[in-house]
Amino acid sequence: MKKTAVFVICALSLNWAMAQKTTLTVAAFPAVDDIVKAALQEWQKKNPDVDVKVVGREYADHHTAMTTALATSTGLPDVMTLEYGYLGRFAQSGGLEDLNQAPYSFGQHASKMVAYALAQGRSAQYGQVAIPTDIGPGAMFYRHDLLVKAKVNEAELTQSWDSFIQGGQKIKQSTGAYLVAHARDVKDIVIRTGIPEGQGVYFDAQGKSVIDSSPRFRRGFEVAQKIRAQGLDAKINAWSNEWGESLKRGTVSVQMMGAWLGGHLQNWLAPNTSGLWRSTALPERVATSWGGTFYAIPKKAVNKDKAWDLIQHLTLNTRQQQLAFEKYNAFPALIAAQSGDFFSQPVAFLGGQKARLDWKATAMQIKPTQVFKNDSVAEEIVNAELDLVLNKNKPIDQALKDAHRLVQRRASR
Amino acid sequence: MKPLLKPAAAPYVLISPFLLLFLVFGLFPIVFSFVLMFHVWDPVKGLNSMEFVGLENLQFAMEDPLVWTSLGNTLWMALASGLPQHLVAIPLAYLINEKLGRWRNAAMGAYFLPYITSTVAIAIMFSTLFSTDYGMVNAALSELAQWPLLNAVLPDKNIDWLGSPEAVKPVVSAVVFWRYLGFNVILYVAAMQSIPRELYEAARMDGAKSWQQFWFITLPQLKPIMFFGVTLTVIGGLQLFEEPFILTGGKGGPEYAGMTTAMYMYRTAFDFNDFGLASAISWMLFVIILVMTVLTNKAFKSKEGQT
Repeated sequence: MKKTAVFVICALSLNWAMAQKTTLTVAAFPAVDDIVKAALQEWQKKNPDVDVKVVGREYADHHTAMTTALATSTGLPDVMTLEYGYLGRFAQSGGLEDLNQAPYSFGQHASKMVAYALAQGRSAQYGQVAIPTDIGPGAMFYRHDLLVKAKVNEAELTQSWDSFIQGGQKIKQSTGAYLVAHARDVKDIVIRTGIPEGQGVYFDAQGKSVIDSSPRFRRGFEVAQKIRAQGLDAKINAWSNEWGESLKRGTVSVQMMGAWLGGHLQNWLAPNTSGLWRSTALPERVATSWGGTFYAIPKKAVNKDKAWDLIQHLTLNTRQQQLAFEKYNAFPALIAAQSGDFFSQPVAFLGGQKARLDWKATAMQIKPTQVFKNDSVAEEIVNAELDLVLNKNKPIDQALKDAHRLVQRRASR
Repeated sequence: MKPLLKPAAAPYVLISPFLLLFLVFGLFPIVFSFVLMFHVWDPVKGLNSMEFVGLENLQFAMEDPLVWTSLGNTLWMALASGLPQHLVAIPLAYLINEKLGRWRNAAMGAYFLPYITSTVAIAIMFSTLFSTDYGMVNAALSELAQWPLLNAVLPDKNIDWLGSPEAVKPVVSAVVFWRYLGFNVILYVAAMQSIPRELYEAARMDGAKSWQQFWFITLPQLKPIMFFGVTLTVIGGLQLFEEPFILTGGKGGPEYAGMTTAMYMYRTAFDFNDFGLASAISWMLFVIILVMTVLTNKAFKSKEGQT
């Protein structure tokens, strides 16, 4: 009888304890879901009463699911992960907490983060709606062996766009390798050069298209046109099968992207090319960024306090940020995490270069730019007009005018 | 014992699972998209942000050059992939039905296989085959180009199948044709098996040759199933989405040459967050499909009247 009573009491206690446990939901895309899972072990030591459910989806599916969740206010996670490309439309939704306001008061930690990334997560109307966790300082990865064969030095690639193209011609003549995967990639960097403060890539502070008035676009189109005219681009899109194969076989000699590309090249894109790649600054030493990951809390989330505690652990904990970099190539947005042995170690894949220090220096030079909800439409329209310039010789002035008109038409809705 | 349900209520209770599912997943989205057509709605701002704008979305869609580009692409690919499906499927079905004997089922299975294979797997396979520098299609063409006579016809450079606006549409159409050919073959073989054998026997006794039997017996007897098959092809062709979406990396390819209306509608909603405009495009597409289906119906009916 006594044993039965003890059993019943134990069972009830267990049930009560289970009922007291909070379940925190984190929605993420690869590999952020793995980063969060890896961080949980330590975080849950301080929060044993919290179960964390990490819902991982593919990149586009994740953002579609978050759009639907915000639209219907159902199925919202407590912690929402957002990628930079989607930030514009989510930041201006009004559905995310302003993390500079109490009880979060993130403003006190602002100086600890890379300034441009923090600015990206800020909306003029809704405040600091997202906190950066990893960033993508832009870098130029190049095949050292091809440059040696073509007798081209690194400075030729970085000095100016003209010298970059001349270097590309020598590489093509000597090795047969293309300079870049697609001329569009070059345009993407040039239009991000020298953006005035407060402006976005495509829009001014008032949300008006600057495509036909900013010289950035004309120059970007011109450089891309030169590269195509001289047959220096392989006409392949990043992340396609062909692109991966080109990187493996060394038929493309330069790839400009976020610093995180080094990790992807090493781990799965072209592991057979270890020691052949190097990293350097972008042409004309442009400091710009590629992507980045942010955490946000939906206004209608259930467990905001625990969500905030976890976000702080993921973004403000130096060791956690460093581990994410070491294991998953997530370059830290936390400045304190951008130091230590790992940063000054030579990277064997890059021929022993201490490339992480260069990436850190680039990150500190990047200027903040605004994000707008129509950025993705504008990017599409500009790319389509560039296709016409490259494939059909459409005059650049006309292409920019048409792009401006179409973007403005969308933005005015 | 008193029954749980009154006899009059039983049918409604029994049909309720279907009805509930239909209301939630069938009727509600249709009604909601119709309502959305008259609103501007950015979904990330929540349901409350819907703003009534009357016919503005429809007007915007009608004046949107990308809508017309995508419609042109859709019609091009629907025709280029749809017409050969039937022109090839009918004689092929005739051959399979009349000549293959016990191998008939194996041949039908082989042709049907692409239809039941995952679209994603198919698109990945074809994007590898059509790869510019590493694809088997270009490898085969460059091999053939070394043969006498063929070298004058075939290009001396690799064709950028998925990267040039001129080649994207034919590639997508070829994949769609290859995928749905088997479905139509099955349809026609099934229809041919229901044609009375006496008609053929009588024709043979009258001295009709094989092609005459095909032309004067098989084809006229196939008209009802041709109407069914062509209607499905018209609807499917105008709703074309998966194959071009995956083959062009979800963006529509260079100069939007591979972007269909269904793709543009999806992108307007989920990439550009403009659900009102996407709904307007979807209703425009619905009207076009309706008109084309009615025209198909009329075309087949008038032919029936002549026979």
